Amino acid sequence: MALSYLRSSSSRSANLLKPLSSGLSLRSPISTDTTPITVETSVPFTSHRCDAPSRSVETNPKELLTFFRDMALMRRMEIAADSLYKAKLIRGFCHLYDGQEAFAVGMEAAITKKDCIITAYRDHCTFMGRGGTLLEVFAELMGRQAGCSKGKGGSMHFYKKDSNFYGGHGIVGAQVPLGCGLAFAQKYSKDETVTFAMYGDGAANQGQLFEALNISALWDLPAILVCENNHYGMGTAEWRAAKSPAYYKRGDYVPGLKVDGMDALAVKQACKFAKEHALKSGPIILEMDTYRYHGHSMSDPGSTYRTRDEISGVRQERDPIERIRKLILSHDLASEKELKDIEKEVRKEVDDAITRAKESPMPEPSKLFTNVYAKGLGVESFGADRKEVRATLP
Amino acid sequence: MLGIVRQKTLEQSLKKIRPAVSVLRSYSSAAKQMTVREALNSALDEEMSADSKVFLIGEEVGEYQGAYKITKGLLDKYGPERVLDTPITEAGFTGIAVGAAYYGLKPVVEFMTFNFSMQAIDHIINSAAKSNYMSAGQISVPIVFRGPNGAAAGVGAQHSQCYAAWYATCPGLKVLTPYNSEDARGLLKAAIRDPDPVVFLENELLYGESFPISNEVLDSSFCLPIGKAKIERKGKHVTIAAYSKMVGYSLKAAEILEKDGIDAEVINLRSIRPLDRSAINDSVRKTNRLVTVEEAFPQHGVGAEICACVVEESFVYLDAPVERIAGADVPMPYAANLERMAVPQVEDIVRAAKRACYRSVQ
Repeated sequence: MALSYLRSSSSRSANLLKPLSSGLSLRSPISTDTTPITVETSVPFTSHRCDAPSRSVETNPKELLTFFRDMALMRRMEIAADSLYKAKLIRGFCHLYDGQEAFAVGMEAAITKKDCIITAYRDHCTFMGRGGTLLEVFAELMGRQAGCSKGKGGSMHFYKKDSNFYGGHGIVGAQVPLGCGLAFAQKYSKDETVTFAMYGDGAANQGQLFEALNISALWDLPAILVCENNHYGMGTAEWRAAKSPAYYKRGDYVPGLKVDGMDALAVKQACKFAKEHALKSGPIILEMDTYRYHGHSMSDPGSTYRTRDEISGVRQERDPIERIRKLILSHDLASEKELKDIEKEVRKEVDDAITRAKESPMPEPSKLFTNVYAKGLGVESFGADRKEVRATLP
Repeated sequence: MLGIVRQKTLEQSLKKIRPAVSVLRSYSSAAKQMTVREALNSALDEEMSADSKVFLIGEEVGEYQGAYKITKGLLDKYGPERVLDTPITEAGFTGIAVGAAYYGLKPVVEFMTFNFSMQAIDHIINSAAKSNYMSAGQISVPIVFRGPNGAAAGVGAQHSQCYAAWYATCPGLKVLTPYNSEDARGLLKAAIRDPDPVVFLENELLYGESFPISNEVLDSSFCLPIGKAKIERKGKHVTIAAYSKMVGYSLKAAEILEKDGIDAEVINLRSIRPLDRSAINDSVRKTNRLVTVEEAFPQHGVGAEICACVVEESFVYLDAPVERIAGADVPMPYAANLERMAVPQVEDIVRAAKRACYRSVQ
């Protein structure tokens, strides 16, 4: 069996592909094979005020294959969104997540749909992780009826309440107190579930985050704050924005864990650990060391404040999908061709979804006035010319 | 967050901003042209050059050259002590800027959009606007808060609100709304020189628009008075009062109305607080009919205030009810067709003007 060796500029990763125990020598159909495999994370966890979990992660062929497929799907989806934006089918803002996929899939592997997730505006893949469909994503991006917010929200405002995904927020940092509020409600209702409130390194300095964290710690709320540290807040590198970019320590009295956010298994382990902690002892901060290949948004080339060498370096050394691919190959769980076939399937799925999304019509004009309130009390609302266009809010 | 630069404006932002004089393409007989972006950039440059107490503070204003390239070149020219890149923490850096203004410096605070000013609004209202009053004149706050305001294109509910009416409610603040390049230059210079807190509401979609500009406007001493509106187009049948982008729409509406024999007078308000009530009333006393136009939510808006002041001062002159065109009374939808319905269009202004003139609306 071929062990592909990962070269890295840092001292870590030598242990990446050394399996401690392996499954069968005979390959079973991977999609159902749950024979345990133990894999070491790329680097050990760094902890603050807590005992770090083990870097040996239990997984299985089915999970690894699912990670591969899901991340390939997310990657393809974001790249397709880039093209749609350039073709002017997507308007306004579009913040892409490619490079960061490992967090979305790793987190989902550790939790249930009864746990809550809330994030900022880089939300397409998070939505997919919660069970959203490609059609809902592309239709929403193009402002069509089949979109997850019926075309009224746009890229930054994806929601999926039935899977406890609370959006999708445009104002930097606002989602963190909201997430602590979800955790409050979960505890209040005795649901034994947790909330993951995600934010970036740019948002990590927001005062409201510390206010909400303080209250969460006082009241032992099951809130897990996840800093997706991709090292740049729009065009500003972390060292220019934060006196202390050790975001996992910024909670001070709140424990924290620093995780390689490009390693889906490390993410899974950390989230599992965090969920157990939050249910028992209150808030915890996870810092995910991750990277976005695109600029901040489609209006930002992403190369004026970082070098192309840096971007391609991360892609070579740390790409989350490549990591899983190498793991699958080194454990002989699938052939290169099978993995390439999956990528082809995924590409086709994305293309099909785009075609269907393009066929979805724009919202009906009457929808301008729907959902302003949950209970409109029969009041009147107005269009731009109040004598020409008015509606009664139901 | 954002950094939206539309395709058209992206091309313009890639052009180097040269010092004001050489920005103009001067052909032998054509008028000089300047984009609003260039106008704002040159105004900031000149005021920083004239007064060392003036400094810029905000997100991406320095190394990134400005999210919308308004502050392009200024970090290189004035250095990191006078052009400050901040973390994404509006409450914090706005408070810091107001404190610096208390001490006598002259900060120009950039909000990447005014939607984010809501994170800092306590400092704008309670720390800046009211200080001169509370201290009986000891602490004046010579600060400017500037940035894009109102709807852009497809940016959704949390990034499209117009804050003119909110800020204009508060005594102690001055609120300016430039439309063209002359406004941008003259009003920004006036704002920076003014000893009081000024909220300077720009418009993202106007940044890339080019306007003719005279030599007088290009002079570094050029300044426009705060609190004075401008009659952009003289007329006698109906007054259309607007600010910012809607001035352009109103001028287009006036061209259409002219073909139907309606001669509209278009007022570019320029200043929401102080509101030039006498200019508005003088115009209405001449035309007897009024249409107000704004992009913002209608309730308790600028149009409502204008209507009230005209009813109070010039009631007997009105020959028709005041017409109010505003943004739709809903959060801004993303879908293109709904967004179009949520923002005033030229035809809405034409229709309202015809109604005010008791003409049938076709």
